[in-house]
Amino acid sequence: MVRVISRRLIQLVVTLIALMTLVFFWLRSLPGGPVDALLGERATPQTRELLTRALGYDQPIWVQYGRFLKNVVTGNFGNSIRTGEPVTDVISRAFPATVELALGAIIIAIGLGIPLGYLAARHRGRLLDNATIIVTLIGISIPIFFLGYLLKDWLTQGVHYFPPSGRISTGLGNTDVTGFFVLDGLLTREFDASADALWHLVLPAFTLATIPLAIIIRITRASVLDVLDEDYIRTADAKGLRSPTIRKRHVLRNALLPVVTTIGLQTGALLAGAVLTEKVYNWGGLGTLITDSISGGRDYPVLQALILLAAVVFIVVNLLVDLSYAVIDPRVRVQ
Amino acid sequence: MSRPGGISTLADHKRKRIDELIARTAEAGGVSLLRDAGRRLLRNPTAIVGATIILLFLVIAIFAPLVAPHDPVQRFPELTKDLTVDSIPGSTAGHPLGSDPLGRDFASRMVFGARQTLFVGVLATLIGLLVGVLLGALAGAIGGWVDVLVMRLADVMLALPGLLLAITLVALASRSTQWTVIVAVAVVNVPIFARLLRGSMLAQRESDHVLAARALGVKRRDIVLRHMLPNSMTAVIVQATLTFAVAILDAAALSFLGLGDPDINRAEWGLMLGVDGVRYFEVRPELAYFPALAIIVVALGFTLLGESIREALDPKNRR
Repeated sequence: MVRVISRRLIQLVVTLIALMTLVFFWLRSLPGGPVDALLGERATPQTRELLTRALGYDQPIWVQYGRFLKNVVTGNFGNSIRTGEPVTDVISRAFPATVELALGAIIIAIGLGIPLGYLAARHRGRLLDNATIIVTLIGISIPIFFLGYLLKDWLTQGVHYFPPSGRISTGLGNTDVTGFFVLDGLLTREFDASADALWHLVLPAFTLATIPLAIIIRITRASVLDVLDEDYIRTADAKGLRSPTIRKRHVLRNALLPVVTTIGLQTGALLAGAVLTEKVYNWGGLGTLITDSISGGRDYPVLQALILLAAVVFIVVNLLVDLSYAVIDPRVRVQ
Repeated sequence: MSRPGGISTLADHKRKRIDELIARTAEAGGVSLLRDAGRRLLRNPTAIVGATIILLFLVIAIFAPLVAPHDPVQRFPELTKDLTVDSIPGSTAGHPLGSDPLGRDFASRMVFGARQTLFVGVLATLIGLLVGVLLGALAGAIGGWVDVLVMRLADVMLALPGLLLAITLVALASRSTQWTVIVAVAVVNVPIFARLLRGSMLAQRESDHVLAARALGVKRRDIVLRHMLPNSMTAVIVQATLTFAVAILDAAALSFLGLGDPDINRAEWGLMLGVDGVRYFEVRPELAYFPALAIIVVALGFTLLGESIREALDPKNRR
């Protein structure tokens, strides 16, 4: 197990370096390069030259590349062009918001997805099954930002079931401890703040959950159907085991492996969905940060760091998924 | 667990899906088996629905000038006169779907939207396909360090979620055009097609028809071009069908993020939904409903057909 983890960590580092190398050369392959992108096309040659020298772009490419790698390794991402703050500060401020949103989405996707997929499989070919399949197909075909606007329109306008945007009501006077608003409320015993933050979380989390939910339902259904076909289920049935025992011990446990893989994949993919969802609900997390760093001149230092962070999160989540196999499947532990 | 050298479960999982597709198409390689799959496809209502949607979409896209009541970029005085920030005229005589925010005929823009959407989807898919197929074929045919290089590069690209990679690519370009969108969406698909092709090549290397050709002294280049590539095409076509749906959804998402085509004359569904549709959602939600519905239906059509073909090739369904 230790060997697996250490091998994965080495791979993580190699992937990140390769990714940053791609980003580095992609940036420099653009017409004009970062300097033009920062200054716009109408900058005078003098300012352009000044900035080129200030950013070190007049040095040979391999010197630039070496310094770039050194900065990445030491966690020095420079300052945001937009706000002038250190990139690490900007990102760590936005990080909790996105984690909260993503956790909400994962809980919805797993909590609804596995039972629904299982039910669909058990009612194979009947109304419930067909309805589930159609809904999941629409779920993966709908642009999720559009779904966000639809939900907002139906549930926050006129009838105010949910707040239309933001993470918490203004003027609530909640204490910011960790940046996770639901958790903060519990820590400081400001339970009204927790409830309010949860209330704000429902619609965005559901919007973000759409695609993973649809995919988890489909995979669970397919996986359960596969397992139901297996000989050992027939054997268990023939032995006279009671069906709840069969379901729990034999069907669900075996059907869960592909589902766990899917959950890992979808958790990583949530990062992309969060960019869209956060824009719809004005959420103020990493997704909002990406959008802000794109519009009105590209904020390259922030963008570079965000890409790196996204890859780290993605790979770490998948490492966790691999480790969870060992818990579910004893065969993996032996290997 | 994963093979040594794999970067993450994601890459592993994507690889597994691709390998499965290769295995299925390789097994269905014989003509009679393909015909079998074709017959199963024609009996499958899901496939028929998907194919019908795609056909309808193609007809509208190709014959857009005949179907549309007006020029999609012309601004009509009778529409603009009632146009304000918080009121956009709905259906009137001669303009069945009313106006867009610039006083243009919305119905015509929807019809021509089919054409632009087809254009973006096809090009994004095709570029990804061609580059991916080329790289994959090189890796599979040459092997050695070319293989290692191409596949490691593919693994790195598969380590980011697709849409995020596309956002990154467009965002890092200094300004977006229709082409940055198309290329960004295409690049995301390159590693998938490359893997697919390489796997298919490797699977065929030891197969009987390739051995026979080698024994007959057919030149290596001809074996690759005439014998191996055509056999890989089924898998590529299935993947391309599924890719198209994702491509138009990703293009819409990029438009929504302000990374789309800045040309205000361009009528493309993703652009119409992601820019005006969202901006005027409270004024006239139809501006979002129609393009969204069109995107959903077309994406659904391609997904249905793609999945049905994949299913038809599954030896388990052979009767």
